[in-house]
Amino acid sequence: MVSLLDMPRTLPQQLPPPVDRSAPEIEPAPIIDVSELDFTYGNHQVLFDVTLRIAARAVTAFIGPSGCGKTTLIRCLNRMNDLIDGARVTAGSIRIEGVDINAPEIDVVDLRRRVGMVFQKSNPFPKSIYDNIAYGLRIAGITRRSRIDEAVEKSLRAAALWDEVKDRLHVSGYGLSGGQQQRLCIARALAVEPDIVLMDEPCSALDPIATAKIEELIYELKQRYTIVIVTHNMQQAGRCSDYTGFFYLGRLIEFASTNKIFTNPSERRTEDYITGRFG
Amino acid sequence: MIAAPSNRQRTRILERIVFWTFRLATYLVLACATYIFLDIGIKGSRTVFTSHAPFINLKFLTQPPQTLYVFDYEGKKMELSDREFRDWKLTHKEDVDVTSISYSAGGIWPCIVGTALLVIGSMTLALFIGISAAIYLSEYSRDTPLLRFIRIAILNLAGVPSIVFGLFGFGLFVIFFGWNVSLLAGWFTLGLMVLPAIITASEESLRAVPQGLREGSLALGATKWQTIRKNVLPYAVPGILTSSILGIARVAGETAPIMFTAAYAMRDEMPWQVSRWTDFFFQGVMALPYHIYVVSSKIPQNEYTERVQYGAAFVFLVLVMLIALTSILLRERQRSRLSW
Repeated sequence: MVSLLDMPRTLPQQLPPPVDRSAPEIEPAPIIDVSELDFTYGNHQVLFDVTLRIAARAVTAFIGPSGCGKTTLIRCLNRMNDLIDGARVTAGSIRIEGVDINAPEIDVVDLRRRVGMVFQKSNPFPKSIYDNIAYGLRIAGITRRSRIDEAVEKSLRAAALWDEVKDRLHVSGYGLSGGQQQRLCIARALAVEPDIVLMDEPCSALDPIATAKIEELIYELKQRYTIVIVTHNMQQAGRCSDYTGFFYLGRLIEFASTNKIFTNPSERRTEDYITGRFG
Repeated sequence: MIAAPSNRQRTRILERIVFWTFRLATYLVLACATYIFLDIGIKGSRTVFTSHAPFINLKFLTQPPQTLYVFDYEGKKMELSDREFRDWKLTHKEDVDVTSISYSAGGIWPCIVGTALLVIGSMTLALFIGISAAIYLSEYSRDTPLLRFIRIAILNLAGVPSIVFGLFGFGLFVIFFGWNVSLLAGWFTLGLMVLPAIITASEESLRAVPQGLREGSLALGATKWQTIRKNVLPYAVPGILTSSILGIARVAGETAPIMFTAAYAMRDEMPWQVSRWTDFFFQGVMALPYHIYVVSSKIPQNEYTERVQYGAAFVFLVLVMLIALTSILLRERQRSRLSW
């Protein structure tokens, strides 16, 4: 297995990474298959008939104005919405590698171990940096110190945080800057070795430099992980995603390669949004 | 136009009145508290402290209450405790005119032990049930009419007078369960009494833990119980301890719930002097608040009873303060270990 650390870091930090513009529509095998999904909070329906397929080892971005349902959809993918009273899928299905994740026999704990998540507001635990990352391994029953040490270093390197924190692994994660905290959360998610990483507006609270670092990181992570990212920031979607879905009022308006969405959208509303006419 | 001068004058007077009302109300509270503490402190320390080494009246802290015998003998005024009087009688055969005053000699050691046992047992019980219920309410339950009803019931329970808890405990534990007047009945009665306060405060502290910590943990594949145990409960402990401080003060201080369920006015054996270990739970104990009640309202008052009244009240205050201080220190230590 090639470690991320062995890859040459050729990307200049400030420039947008070169997105593979020639990516054909869903040529890589889809890992997530959302089909005719309706989703409701109590009596309030927030997703209408959403159908899309998410490619493995690629970055898929969801964009759209506030309240369009993009965060709801991403939280459906690891069933984080289970935590909300009255929230439920009313029609359609979500399949990950062919398995319906809303089926009664699915163990949601296993699902979440395979589908990691990074939240909008960085949420390091009030523990040391080391313990933050070890948390996921310890709850999975891994106790061997050497194994945890190794995983901590590996995930911190993968999240491009190792060099900044290697001398203070045992100080609180709350002492880090906002961008570092968010990368700590990414490292924490990577430590349990998920297949899919969901990112819910991971840069919304960060300054441009911290944002650039995370975008660079996302680009590197797609070598090994399937990444789904929700973003408010269209430039961000343009810079780091391979596929983009545009949502409006709970409907998926258009889903295509990022290149096509940003240069030649087929829907009028997509174009209006991207050019800043509303949203 | 700006307000007329007379109007401005009136506003200013009103301001002053309001200011002084609030200020005096605050000072009144301070004055009352100071008076109570000084009164008990000064009169109580006359009993508890002595002018010669070791400066503490060890007899008062380590002996059980005894009857005081006061009499004149050869022009001297004798004040002897029960035990001392019996020894004295062995060497002196003559008849003396004795006044006996109950509970006014000896000390309050069994009461201290009894109160400590009641506090430890009932708080353990109340914290265990209370925290479990709070976890259920805050982490597991969904908002249903039944749940709202439970919440209202808990709030109402907090307003029930302690004597009602005492009668309830007497009816259920002492008579119906047949536990008699016992530590166990006292634990349950006192535990039930502080339960609503502990549930409410624990639930608040659990809710104050940011939702992001729960989501972060669940998203890593933790089960709900793992999340609560490792990433929610530890951060709620300081708040729970704060509520338990108030609970301890209340459990230690209430007389009404224990007078029918756990308290004896007088008992010669100490709680550990039981023949079988199971008897430990089914014995009544002496308790400080009940002892204070007995010595200040159940026996004829004179200058000798005042000694023990103030002494017991003083020791009681110090004891409650010490317990509260321990909880506060524990809480601060717990808090400093968190780093948010």
